[in-house]
Amino acid sequence: MTAISGFFGEVRVSEHIVSPKLYILIFAALMVLTGTTYFAAQVDLNQYFAALNIIVALVIATCKAILVILFFMHAKYSSKRTKLIIISGFFWLAIMLSLTLGDYASRSWDVH
Amino acid sequence: MHRTGELYGQFQTLEQQKESATLGMWTFLITEILFFGGLFMTYTINRHTYAQVFAFSSRTILLSWGAINTVVLIGSSLTMAMAVWSAQVGKKKLVTIFLILTLVLGTVFLGIKAVEYHDKYVEHHIPGLNFDMYYCTNNPSVCHLDDAALAREKKELKEAEDQSGSQVAVNAHSQLFFSLYFGMTGLHALHMIIGAGLLLWLIVESMKGRFTAQYNTPVENIGLYWHFVDIVWIYLFPLLYLIDRH
Repeated sequence: MTAISGFFGEVRVSEHIVSPKLYILIFAALMVLTGTTYFAAQVDLNQYFAALNIIVALVIATCKAILVILFFMHAKYSSKRTKLIIISGFFWLAIMLSLTLGDYASRSWDVH
Repeated sequence: MHRTGELYGQFQTLEQQKESATLGMWTFLITEILFFGGLFMTYTINRHTYAQVFAFSSRTILLSWGAINTVVLIGSSLTMAMAVWSAQVGKKKLVTIFLILTLVLGTVFLGIKAVEYHDKYVEHHIPGLNFDMYYCTNNPSVCHLDDAALAREKKELKEAEDQSGSQVAVNAHSQLFFSLYFGMTGLHALHMIIGAGLLLWLIVESMKGRFTAQYNTPVENIGLYWHFVDIVWIYLFPLLYLIDRH
């Protein structure tokens, strides 16, 4: 809580302040994930499962993005309204990607 | 008049005022996510269609620069987050120091990107300018290819040629890869340059002591923008550098 003097006298603002300790912890986790994806990419994982190299790379990237959004961008501590905006944005992106990719996958457009 | 964080007439509480600033920034960032999303989809479809040539083109980019840049950019996100923290707890000197560190790391990223672009120019990988996917195998010394690397590149080019049909097709499809590479990393770099400009402004303002525990919305919102640019790179790095290395 921070006390602030405004036009209408003193108002208190509740603001969640993320500690430097947590920021450094998140940074360390991001570095570990970067190292993991770097080395995983140089191993042929596709021999175990089709396109596993791509899946592993994208899953790790998504984990990193979620850590950045939740902690560096304070989404975890933001209001429900802000969270709703963030989630609906990604949901909309997912709709656009899946419908377009679905179209490409299900029709023979002969793009060659 | 300078803003200092007092309550404006259209808001009922400071909390509401702050939330609306955050909400507005996120709404803007979502439009950014959507248009980068379109580029990522274009890349996905073409990579799927011309898999062999895209894989070969991707391997001509140096992995080490991409990896170093990932570390640099995530580091700059940490210093940006620390700048926001410093403002929130009212440490005015630290705000300036962390903002300068963020700008330095951002500049290092752009410098490395320039080195990478120059390598591509030397290797004749610039679409529309001097593009020739066979330049390196014809001039191995210019591209620093040793005998083993040369033999491997020749073999991979041959495989790509068998799949695409001709040398012309290989050049056309790999030009598509490099158009997307320069388009996506270039747009990302443009966002970094805009971010660096915003950081410069923040640094000047923070040196005047403008950002306090009561008022730090510009630091927070430009911080959100900076982290967003970091997230775009978090996806660009695996898609352009990593997935075809094995």
